[in-house]
Amino acid sequence: MRLTDEEQAMLAGEAGEPRRWAIRHQIAVGEFFDAADLIPVSQAHIMADTESLGEAGVAFLETLATAPEAERRVQIPTLTDPRGLDFQTYKRLGQTEAMATLEARTIAALKSFGVLMTDTCINYQTIMPPTRGEHLAMGDTGVVIYSNSVFGARSNFEGGPSALAAALTGRTPRYGYHLDECRRPTRRFRLAAQPRDLSEWGALGGIVGRECGSYWEVPLIEGIDSPPGSDALKHLGTAMASYGSTALLHIPGITPEADDMDRRPLAGMPAGRRRSEPIGRAEIDVFVAAYGATGDKVDVVVFAAPHLSLVEMAAVADALAGREVHAGTTLLVATSPEIKHAADRMGLTGRIEAAGAIVAAGICFYQSYAGEMAEANGWKRLLTNSAKLVNIIGGYGYRPTLLSLERCVDSAIAGRVV
Amino acid sequence: MTTLLRCHKGIGPAVTGTALVAKDNFSARYDLDRKRGTFSRPSHTLAGQSYAGKILVLDTAKGGVATAWMLHEMKTRGIVPLALVFNRVNPILAQGAAFGDLTMVDRFDGDVTDLIQTGDRLRIDPAAGTVEILNR
Repeated sequence: MRLTDEEQAMLAGEAGEPRRWAIRHQIAVGEFFDAADLIPVSQAHIMADTESLGEAGVAFLETLATAPEAERRVQIPTLTDPRGLDFQTYKRLGQTEAMATLEARTIAALKSFGVLMTDTCINYQTIMPPTRGEHLAMGDTGVVIYSNSVFGARSNFEGGPSALAAALTGRTPRYGYHLDECRRPTRRFRLAAQPRDLSEWGALGGIVGRECGSYWEVPLIEGIDSPPGSDALKHLGTAMASYGSTALLHIPGITPEADDMDRRPLAGMPAGRRRSEPIGRAEIDVFVAAYGATGDKVDVVVFAAPHLSLVEMAAVADALAGREVHAGTTLLVATSPEIKHAADRMGLTGRIEAAGAIVAAGICFYQSYAGEMAEANGWKRLLTNSAKLVNIIGGYGYRPTLLSLERCVDSAIAGRVV
Repeated sequence: MTTLLRCHKGIGPAVTGTALVAKDNFSARYDLDRKRGTFSRPSHTLAGQSYAGKILVLDTAKGGVATAWMLHEMKTRGIVPLALVFNRVNPILAQGAAFGDLTMVDRFDGDVTDLIQTGDRLRIDPAAGTVEILNR
């Protein structure tokens, strides 16, 4: 890789140990992907939940944080993805003091780098939406696909260590979705039915993601009638990224690059790259039915993954409509600290909690020791309107069901899947 | 008699070990019980099997970003695959291997999940970009 004089100095340790570690890591990753050089980035976003970090990861951060302040400060605005634990709710969720201690150590270490503790996976809705052409180092798959697709910004999936490295050097290796040639559509899909709610936008994301099945595939989806709005695109993208490791999608008429690109190669796209049949009502129904469990006892209903927007918070409060959650069921809502504050102020949190539900800030359920919470609370059957969550949570021992927000709420009140 | 497979230059140290092969994809968060060292996702072909000390040969990466931290955490506890061999990885697996100093290679001529069989003895040289099948 070509390095500037400043980058050579970092590699030689002249800017301190954290930046030496960071640029070495970036060179290893960059060479693996044949990156020509490093490119400046304007924001970083770090996924650093303690379940993933473990003791080893926390100790790594703490060691790096012992460097002098001038050597450890991040060089660009750096945000955090959801945490493993909300200090206000962890006892009610069956999380332990050991988890809380590890969490506090992680927060202290991240703050010492100058990281802004936003603790959210919807920073593009709530903190600082990216702009077109901006190069970023985003550390959550849902954030990456939304930033790339809806805003036309440029980021690869940057795992926690790599996002921290980008924050410390202000750069990232130039490969993948930073490059024009990786951003062209490689797969073509057509819709014959419109998703009816957020769970179905997620289902559509799951169908397309599963068929793409690789980080390097870029789907183009035709046949979406009208702009579905930010929350629908959020669920579409997060599910697609979860099922397919997809990082960029194009929708003509809606996403910016789809309309600007040369569409002529699409006409000649080989048959294997085009889904022969449009995605219709039957495909969406089959996807949802695979997780079906009508009549089963409901242990936990989760609205999270991605964090709820303020509009979704209001929808949960409205769906509850003053009713009470069944005694044998837990209803958990997870959003960002910013949205939680807004929901508090507007009375939404009060309405949701009056029903017996829990509103958590800054956690996102699956990143929050989901396996341990299942054991501590005896949870098995989980309901959610998040296709991303049903995809992930099976590995943690849950039996997940995908339903609309309203049916999830009705089931929480009945205590069984309705 | 050995067979030499060529791949892209990889990450981590040269290692020799035994292959565990499936056509599935991989995420440490989605698929593994990291305490027991087994595949825990019910729908994974390798569900219930131990991955500790094995060379995992799989198709590609899926899902989230957690694997970047998790490979390092798994390695410090010693319950970790010996190496990862994929057709094509995503950035998260590459970042995780680089952070955890775990052996990983990808980009072969042909489908590596067909070229290698479970139980094969492999020698992986990431710097050279080679995987040698030692038993055939």
